[in-house]
Amino acid sequence: YDIGAVLEGFSPYLWANLGVGLGISLSVLGAAIGIYTTGASILGGGVKAPRIRTKNLISIIFCEAVAIYGIIMAIVISTSVVHFDEATASEKVLRANYKAGYSFFAAGLTVGFCNLFCGVCVGVVGSGAALADAQNGTLFVKILIVEIFASAIGLFGVIVAILQTANVRMGDKAD
Amino acid sequence: MFSESMFSVDAGYLEGLARGFKGGILKKTDYYNLTQCETLEDLKLHLQSTDYGHFLANEAGPLTVSVIEERLKEKLIIEFNHLRTQATGYLAEFMDYITYSYMIDNVVLLLSGILHDRPIKEMLAKCHPMGTFEQMEAIHIATTTRELYDAVLVDTPLAPYFADCINEEDLNEMNIEIIRNTLYKAYLEDFSAFCQQIGGTTAEVMQEVLAFEADRRAFMITINSFGTELLKEDRKKLYPACGRLYPGGLEMLAQAEEVEQVKLVADYFAEYRVMFEDDGTGMDKTLEDKFFEHEVRLNVRAFMQQFHYGVFYSLVKLKEQEIRNIVWIAECVSQRHRAKIEAYIPILE
Repeated sequence: YDIGAVLEGFSPYLWANLGVGLGISLSVLGAAIGIYTTGASILGGGVKAPRIRTKNLISIIFCEAVAIYGIIMAIVISTSVVHFDEATASEKVLRANYKAGYSFFAAGLTVGFCNLFCGVCVGVVGSGAALADAQNGTLFVKILIVEIFASAIGLFGVIVAILQTANVRMGDKAD
Repeated sequence: MFSESMFSVDAGYLEGLARGFKGGILKKTDYYNLTQCETLEDLKLHLQSTDYGHFLANEAGPLTVSVIEERLKEKLIIEFNHLRTQATGYLAEFMDYITYSYMIDNVVLLLSGILHDRPIKEMLAKCHPMGTFEQMEAIHIATTTRELYDAVLVDTPLAPYFADCINEEDLNEMNIEIIRNTLYKAYLEDFSAFCQQIGGTTAEVMQEVLAFEADRRAFMITINSFGTELLKEDRKKLYPACGRLYPGGLEMLAQAEEVEQVKLVADYFAEYRVMFEDDGTGMDKTLEDKFFEHEVRLNVRAFMQQFHYGVFYSLVKLKEQEIRNIVWIAECVSQRHRAKIEAYIPILE
């Protein structure tokens, strides 16, 4: 059973487009979980403490940023997916395209999972921030610092994904 | 990991709202102001500046302690029902479980009222509003437990707890207390199992709270049964099995014949030993006061964790304790007997 032959049978387009799909969908999943976790707590806490309503929207913005990272990478990768002619390609070009396919898949996974966990994290912390703010107004700024660190990890995902896709190209002129 | 994230979908708003209610619980300064009151009108004035607001505003006639107590309970019911009507799924069932303990108290209250030939309307007025169930008036037709079950309880949520109680004996003083404790034992064990089924943080938090409730009842049943005709085997059947005392401690308690022996049992558990000792502060707190204090401590701790249903249970219990505190202070104020006015149990800083 030749795994190599099976893997070689998969077109690089499959990998690249899977990368795009996973990247954006997992990022949005993380952002969604974060937003509803924080949002529900802001609504609940805001009933008895209306002053928290506006300030705590920052937490929602942090969650949203996570989805934006996802869409940036998805656009970067999908604009790089270029047609190449498999029949007439030289060995070098073929290898370069396969490499590009794998790189795009990996970049999509990187940014997707990083943003998924980042979104969940920012959501839980943001929820805690809203409820603590409702009880004691001085706590919000302190907890915001935790949230900033939490959203930094999503940024790491984007940076690594950019590095992964930095020098790879698909197409007939790829090398 | 994601299960705690999923919590917010259905219960996130209600948790935030419940924490808002908890933030309105009276603090030390509020209690200080209340203890300085000279009359009940002063008390009403001070309560206006707290979360209670103008709840006594429409009271016609002179203010009495029972009126204040009624209005306080009413406010708690309104808040609880507001949360309950918006709850779904496990949370709705959880909140229903909270009301069952009040239902048990109401059933026993009505039964003892019948025993003493009190008019049914008077007894219904005294029932706790959180434990209403249908067919409450029909209780007066029951003379044995089987009739009680068939006529009234089979349609209520208390039906499964009654399995151990049904016999053909006539209802009398002793039996009613035994009924109360048997029902409560079945209820506590059922509630505990339900919380374990929910799992996660809810199970963890509720386990602690319900275990203390079970142990407290075991201690109180034992101590109150000294000098009565309750046999040791019967006493043993009343102990709930979901506490820290199960199984070894309950065995020992079942054999106890005086308070010293109960103290020996409590010595095995660090928290309970402290409660039975004399603390050197000189204030003579009763055992029940110490139990209440510990319960308040456990319930406040429940708020330290997020994304679990325990906050709803603890909110109800803390509000109840607050009502007891305010009523105690109101009694001291209205009878001008200020010696023990400080004997309320503080809840929050």
